[in-house]
Amino acid sequence: MTEVFNQAVWKEKEKVLEPLIFEISVPERVGHILPKTCEKVTREVGDVLKTIPEKIKRKTSIGLPEVSEPQLTRHYLHLAQMNYAVDLGFYPLGSCTMKYNPKINEEIARMDKISRLHPYQDVSTVQGALELLYRLEKMLAEISGMARVTPQPSAGAHGEFTGLCIMRKYHEEKGELESRREIIVPDSAHGTNPASASMAGFNVVTIPSSTDGCVDLEALRGAAGEQTAGLILTNPNTLGIFEEDILTISDIIHNTGGLLYYDGANLNGVLNKVRPGDMGFDIVHFNLHKTFSTPHGGGGPGAGPVGVKDKLVPYLPVPTVEYDEERGVYYLDHNRPKSVGKVKGFFGNFGVIVKAYSYILSLGAEGLNEVAEVAVLNANYLAKKIEEIRGFSLPYASDKPRKHECVISAAQLKAETGVTALDVAKRILDFGIHAPVVYFPQIVEEALMIEPTETETKETLDRFVSIIKRISDEAYNSPEKVLNAPHHTSVGRVDEVKAARKPILSWKMYQKEV
Amino acid sequence: MVFKHQYIPATEDDKKAMLEELGIESVEELYKDIPRKTRLNKRLNLPESQVEVDLNRTVEKLMNRNVTHKDIPVFLGSGVWLHYVPAVVKSLTFLPEFQTSYTPYQSEVSQGILQALFEYQSMICEITGMDIANASMYDWASALGEAALMAGRVTKREEFLVPRIIHPERRAALETYTHNIMNVREVPYVRETGIIDINALESMVSKKTAGIYVENPNYLGVMEFEVAEIGRIAHENEALFVVGVDPTSLGVLASPGQYGADIVIGEGQPLGIDPCFGGPLIGLFACREDKTLMRNMPGRLIGMTEDAQGNRCYTITLQTREQHIRREKATSNICSNEALCAVQVAIYLACVGPSELAQLGETCMANAKYVMRRINEIEGFIAPLFESTHFKEFTVNSQKSVEEVHKKLLDRGVHGGKIIKSEFPELGETSLYCVTEIHTVEDMDKLVEALTDISCNSG
Repeated sequence: MTEVFNQAVWKEKEKVLEPLIFEISVPERVGHILPKTCEKVTREVGDVLKTIPEKIKRKTSIGLPEVSEPQLTRHYLHLAQMNYAVDLGFYPLGSCTMKYNPKINEEIARMDKISRLHPYQDVSTVQGALELLYRLEKMLAEISGMARVTPQPSAGAHGEFTGLCIMRKYHEEKGELESRREIIVPDSAHGTNPASASMAGFNVVTIPSSTDGCVDLEALRGAAGEQTAGLILTNPNTLGIFEEDILTISDIIHNTGGLLYYDGANLNGVLNKVRPGDMGFDIVHFNLHKTFSTPHGGGGPGAGPVGVKDKLVPYLPVPTVEYDEERGVYYLDHNRPKSVGKVKGFFGNFGVIVKAYSYILSLGAEGLNEVAEVAVLNANYLAKKIEEIRGFSLPYASDKPRKHECVISAAQLKAETGVTALDVAKRILDFGIHAPVVYFPQIVEEALMIEPTETETKETLDRFVSIIKRISDEAYNSPEKVLNAPHHTSVGRVDEVKAARKPILSWKMYQKEV
Repeated sequence: MVFKHQYIPATEDDKKAMLEELGIESVEELYKDIPRKTRLNKRLNLPESQVEVDLNRTVEKLMNRNVTHKDIPVFLGSGVWLHYVPAVVKSLTFLPEFQTSYTPYQSEVSQGILQALFEYQSMICEITGMDIANASMYDWASALGEAALMAGRVTKREEFLVPRIIHPERRAALETYTHNIMNVREVPYVRETGIIDINALESMVSKKTAGIYVENPNYLGVMEFEVAEIGRIAHENEALFVVGVDPTSLGVLASPGQYGADIVIGEGQPLGIDPCFGGPLIGLFACREDKTLMRNMPGRLIGMTEDAQGNRCYTITLQTREQHIRREKATSNICSNEALCAVQVAIYLACVGPSELAQLGETCMANAKYVMRRINEIEGFIAPLFESTHFKEFTVNSQKSVEEVHKKLLDRGVHGGKIIKSEFPELGETSLYCVTEIHTVEDMDKLVEALTDISCNSG
């Protein structure tokens, strides 16, 4: 196992990588020329700048960079080369489902007939777009076992917020919102779950996990009651374990009058196997940028459509896309008096939705089934192989199969060598592989959360295992190599404490500093 | 038959080897813990899998039913605008190294996107006159919701004042975000000019006010020239002054920082992002350098720091505000935002620079003024309704019903503005038009001719 990887380092001067674009700016250079006002127009309207009220006229020039198009190209190419991505290699980031992002989806999304469409165009001019939204809704409803789906939310957390607004409206309509103030969240939940509940105005009650890493039924019974608005759960959970008691959990919550919310971040391993709707969930969000292959873009744009059961359909955000069979036309329905209203402008991240649609068309039901099976097989294979490596273990019900991901603990490694999960993660980077999520879920000591997805080869998985083995050997024999990692990345270990203690968040703040 | 797909590399042999390693016969055993009662006992009812060439044809055929501004002139704006996106902007933004990366949690291998986002934050500060900008919100509407909540957190007050002239969808999103948390009140406008009624504002504002929100230019395209006065009123009452912008105006208009804004929000889409049927968009969010404001910011912040060898580098910072650390006490639940759109906006701004951003504003204004003047000459039409300077959007009122005018324009191969009669019943038969640099004089003349024709003929 050699360290073949060396990330690009673009550096012109000591201690400074690629300069900031402001630092290569020279007055009078330009990267793009806008059309001048046409003469016929100027003759008619004169100097429009003179009509701007003096009080709000711009009088100073803007401090934007001035660079030529070739300079711009090189600058961003240099930056791109100093950025790791799933197109470059393995990205086993747990709960993030970093699968391959198909190229055809990109080509489709960039068609003029999609990208140059205005959302307020007359419905007669956007029938194709509306039909796509309508069809995607049907597909997602089928995949999740829900009645209807809104495409509006922009991301998973935005979907959670939308779902909780729907929950809020449901209880409000029943006249129970005053008393139903609590959302129950397991301690292993994604951080967005409690944050979203809080944003929707609920109080969060955290319940502990049982010794097998699942929802502690006694704790749940103790927490649930007439004050419960609902429960947020992801199943399989963040340990990658399927909550076997899901039907009991569903009964406990429903018997108190609460609703069940499904965080869809972990859907990949159960596609075509089990549906949130059939497990008793009332609301679900999808992460199209995880399960349905749309690229994550370094932190978005994603899309987080939300599906609901029949009784919650009236509360979906406006507008919905409807089909008039008689006239054979698709249209937008804004007249939904019980709707929660809007969570963002327009109809959602259409450019992302198109890619998910194309992905589902490419795979079909059989393909999605294969996605789930291979993703789960890969995760279990990695769990088994890594668990056998010195210093690592698979805590919580190690005899139970995992689904899309597994969470490995490096607690023993830390105890015996002083090398932490973070150190392991940093060392992994040296081999041209992205690190797993670390220190999450918080119920696992020294956690490494690994999600391989179905788009990786067995060779890649085997190489990853041998890298972990090598890092373990290093930890026991020459820990400095791991403790000082990474060595082959564009920069060495980054000082996050300094960044937070003395925040420099813009060129302006930086200039004040130097 | 064995299922083969180009995205899934596992062969039958691979699967067999892995199953053997796990000591099981089939993948099904990995699902045995799922209770029978909940299992799906059928294949999902989805269309058959399609090979790429068929898939491409299917989607193309469906999308060819759409008409875009490349087929007929379209005069729509209202929160999503039709501007030109330079080829270099798309080419660089969609580099797979940016596009297929995750949120940069591992700074050491993610310097590229981190620096690009730091530069984005910096450029947003330059155009808005602020010192701190986050790495993006979902869109202007959600940014407004978050700004109101932030004003509430900072001032510990519950009232938020917004102008009556505001995009109804933005207003609705604000309502959703502040439901049961804040009390949103509308400030009326002056009927003649379309600007905020300062006297009314003064009578509404009090020590209960967390923030005063204005937009410049406003939703109907009017330049809100008393913004400095509104800022003064906000600060006199120890409320935050929140300003919303269409950033394409900032080459010719003063930055909100120059007239006292505490928080600036807006829509970044017109800066190099395709309209794409309304998404993805990108919410701008910036504030003054102030510890309390900074600590209460929603969203991701990228900061400059050093690595172990003393190299200048970048990382996600001030994460203790965020959901993955603070959980229910976080300043916002936002996790994935619109990072790639932020990179795209930054590339666009670097591309046009200060001089061409000003040119963009000037061309939009000139084209809009040209269309307003020409429409105003047509009998039965008024453009605009307000006696104020407009930026790139303006109202058009007609004697005939707006629906009729809209339909007849479409018949003549022109897409008119957004019908806003139900949003502002007090304004009558009104549409909101938008003209940008992509409209040629032929496009504009075609609109004028079509309206003239509609005015003269009843057919």
